[in-house]
Amino acid sequence: MGPSGSGKSTLLHLVGLLDRPDRGSVRLGGVATEHLAEEERAALRRRHIGFIFQAFHLIGRLSALENVELPLLLAGVAPAERRRRAAAVLERVGLADRLDHRPAELSGGQQQRVAIARAVVTEPDLLLADEPTGNLDRAGGREVVDLLEALNRGGITLILVTHDLELGERAPRRIRMVDGAVAEDVRG
Amino acid sequence: MRAFDAARWVARALAAERTRTALTILGFAIGVAAVALLGALGEGLRRFVLAEFTQFGSHLVAVVPGRSETFGVGALLPTTRPLRLADAATLERLPGVAAVVPVVMGNARVRAGDRARYTTVAGVGPGAREAWRLRVAAGTFLPAGDLARAPPVAVLGDTLKRELFPRRNPLGAVVRVGAWRFRVVGVLAPKGVFLGTDLDDAVYLPAAWALAIFDRPGLMEIDVLYNPASSSERVAEWVRRQLVARHGMEDFTVITQDQMLATLDRILRILQYAGAALGGISLLVGAVGVATILTIAVADRTAEVGLLRALGASRAQVGALFLGEAAALGLAGGLAGLGAVAAVQLLVRLALPELPLGLRPDFAAVALLVSGAVGLVAGVRPALAAAALDPVAALRAE
Repeated sequence: MGPSGSGKSTLLHLVGLLDRPDRGSVRLGGVATEHLAEEERAALRRRHIGFIFQAFHLIGRLSALENVELPLLLAGVAPAERRRRAAAVLERVGLADRLDHRPAELSGGQQQRVAIARAVVTEPDLLLADEPTGNLDRAGGREVVDLLEALNRGGITLILVTHDLELGERAPRRIRMVDGAVAEDVRG
Repeated sequence: MRAFDAARWVARALAAERTRTALTILGFAIGVAAVALLGALGEGLRRFVLAEFTQFGSHLVAVVPGRSETFGVGALLPTTRPLRLADAATLERLPGVAAVVPVVMGNARVRAGDRARYTTVAGVGPGAREAWRLRVAAGTFLPAGDLARAPPVAVLGDTLKRELFPRRNPLGAVVRVGAWRFRVVGVLAPKGVFLGTDLDDAVYLPAAWALAIFDRPGLMEIDVLYNPASSSERVAEWVRRQLVARHGMEDFTVITQDQMLATLDRILRILQYAGAALGGISLLVGAVGVATILTIAVADRTAEVGLLRALGASRAQVGALFLGEAAALGLAGGLAGLGAVAAVQLLVRLALPELPLGLRPDFAAVALLVSGAVGLVAGVRPALAAAALDPVAALRAE
């Protein structure tokens, strides 16, 4: 949590291996990552990290199913298995009847649920969500938060960036950031 | 990422921007078609000209007066002795020689009764029929015998016959050329037009008479037809030795048809390459089109690049996908261009069957490969730009 410009997203990008720290170390499973080659960092992202963005970042020319298949496609998974796994995840997020819809044909909440399905289809260890409800109305936001909490209860580590206090209060551990520094780290 | 998935990704990305893709392919196709058509036209022209030059027979060696490497500037030198009928006569006895044609050409007025016409006068010998592949339609050709004592007879070309003797049998009639009278003994079958000259608008006389008509000291050329079993070099050497023995020096030039054709072929090939180079300019413009459209695509899809990177694509993978789009545009353009060429060829074959325009399949395959390669090269810069995008900044776009 924290006001805009406090460094929440930057921290998230560092954790997600999208950015390299100028100083310090980012360890994933105890392994320092900042000096790894680009290829290796891409492989780590592919295997261990799922991203959820405020703007969804769905690809408009692809169907919901194809959007969810995308990380598996990049990982070289065979088409039949890819389709099966993507369909199963979409069913879990409650979109079994929307497989062939384009993003433009879905509501905001549904689009973000497709994006969440895409983030978890690789069964990552870490789910990183950057203001996932920022572009949604209340109803859509509730759909997404319920889904994320369900996933978290299912055993996946979730790091969520938000400036929505109400949403933040629901997390078991809250890190508050101000001016690029951790100001508070509260559990329970 | 699997190759098939990458290809499908590329196809989907291009299909999503239908108009843009179609226009880019069109531009590239025009370039490919220009290269292929101009190249094919050059090739066709080359074959056409070579065929024109060999229609007189392909086993010829020519002797011209004067010493020079190619054509007779040396003919003007005072020390040059003219080629005489007797020279031609001795060549007939050389081994490997099938026929010898003494040649004296000029223009003169030919009159038959009340009709007259300025026409080509070809002073030749009986060997011209075989050496130049002339066909006699009626009567006979010039009679065999001593070249210097040939009788005053004439053989008419097809056009001249029709002009001087419309609806009349000319055999046995008399034509006047200058101050001399010749009896018509034969008429030739049509031979056609060679490089703008009507070969049928001519009268063929014995060379001895032509020398008298034009008051020339010697022959303009001696054509030697050799047996296919012999070779042009061997015959040329025999001819050279024989004439050196007679003249005491090499004051003449022996030209083999192979040399002539090789020179001609070189010139025509340069023309062909020049045509292809002109087409290459349009292909270059097409390639610039591919580069432009991909640069725009990378800018449009910056967020997509960021997403791909976040989902675990490496820089190399992102670059390769955009390169794939460039190569696909090139290949599609090449295919469309060749299709257009095939259509043009079909139309040409229907409308102008005599215009030579040959597209070879191996050339088409090479053209496709080159198209893909040119597209690929055009895509290098935008692909590198896409690969170099910082994923965090890219995700913020949109």
